[in-house]
Amino acid sequence: MTAQIQYADVEVGTELPARTFPVTRATLVQYAGASGDFNPIHWNEKFAKEVGLPDVIAHGMFTMAEAIRVVTDWAGDPGAVVEYGVRFTRPVVVPNDDEGATIEVSGKVAAKLDDDTVRVDLTVTSDGQKVLGMSRAVVRLA
Amino acid sequence: MALDQSFVGRTYPPTDPYEVGREKIREFAEAVGDTNPAYTDPHAAKALGHADVIAPPTFVFAITFKAAGQVIQDPQLGLDYSRVVHGDQKFVYTRPVCAGDRLTVTSTIEKIKSMAGNDFLDIRGEVHDEAGEHVVTAWTKLVARAVDADDAAEGQA
Repeated sequence: MTAQIQYADVEVGTELPARTFPVTRATLVQYAGASGDFNPIHWNEKFAKEVGLPDVIAHGMFTMAEAIRVVTDWAGDPGAVVEYGVRFTRPVVVPNDDEGATIEVSGKVAAKLDDDTVRVDLTVTSDGQKVLGMSRAVVRLA
Repeated sequence: MALDQSFVGRTYPPTDPYEVGREKIREFAEAVGDTNPAYTDPHAAKALGHADVIAPPTFVFAITFKAAGQVIQDPQLGLDYSRVVHGDQKFVYTRPVCAGDRLTVTSTIEKIKSMAGNDFLDIRGEVHDEAGEHVVTAWTKLVARAVDADDAAEGQA
């Protein structure tokens, strides 16, 4: 593991570069194929509404995959992630138009831990509402 | 119907090995729009100290969730999958998943809780490589919503 950020250079409160990630219906179809999760709530509007959802929603695991990019891009080596957990609190609703939805992710160092690791707390929102809770990663720095 | 507490601690047999392919990792990285060269370029991955291209952190979920099917579809447990949403997900890594890995998953029911008609099921999936070394553990919390619950917005499967 060769992270590019030095443990010594990081303080509690250090902010990671925030990112926004677009998600359209096409994104969800592509993710369904790559992940093997073909649950129709992620591509079939009629089905999604029948089970009480406002519209098609993104795979929770897609949102989880996007959120950690703030950490892996910052650390340099994605293999430096030693722990990552989230709670799926609200769905990311993806309308059937050219714009789709946007996932906004910011993160900051919440604790410096042993063995050159730090805990990063992520804030993940879409349409102004938090979509992941308890979103935390532990990453080993250089 | 509340799930049977006696299933807590039950471990299912390890899965057959899943062989991690470079192109499957590439397909996943493209699907999440992540252009990190560690996922697609063996030279870039080796420069970071990895044996081959590595997989994005959440890639392994496809393997552990498939393995969790043994639990979800266990007729004795009797989980109503049509009411299940994904509550929490956590991974703890010993090392990243790497192309060429042959991974087996051993699933264990860690916790069962019933609250207000909802069933909460925690499944732990231990992932090992061909040498028997630990790679990653995945914890998946599934929530089977109460039959009268109509708020599907509390989670997403």
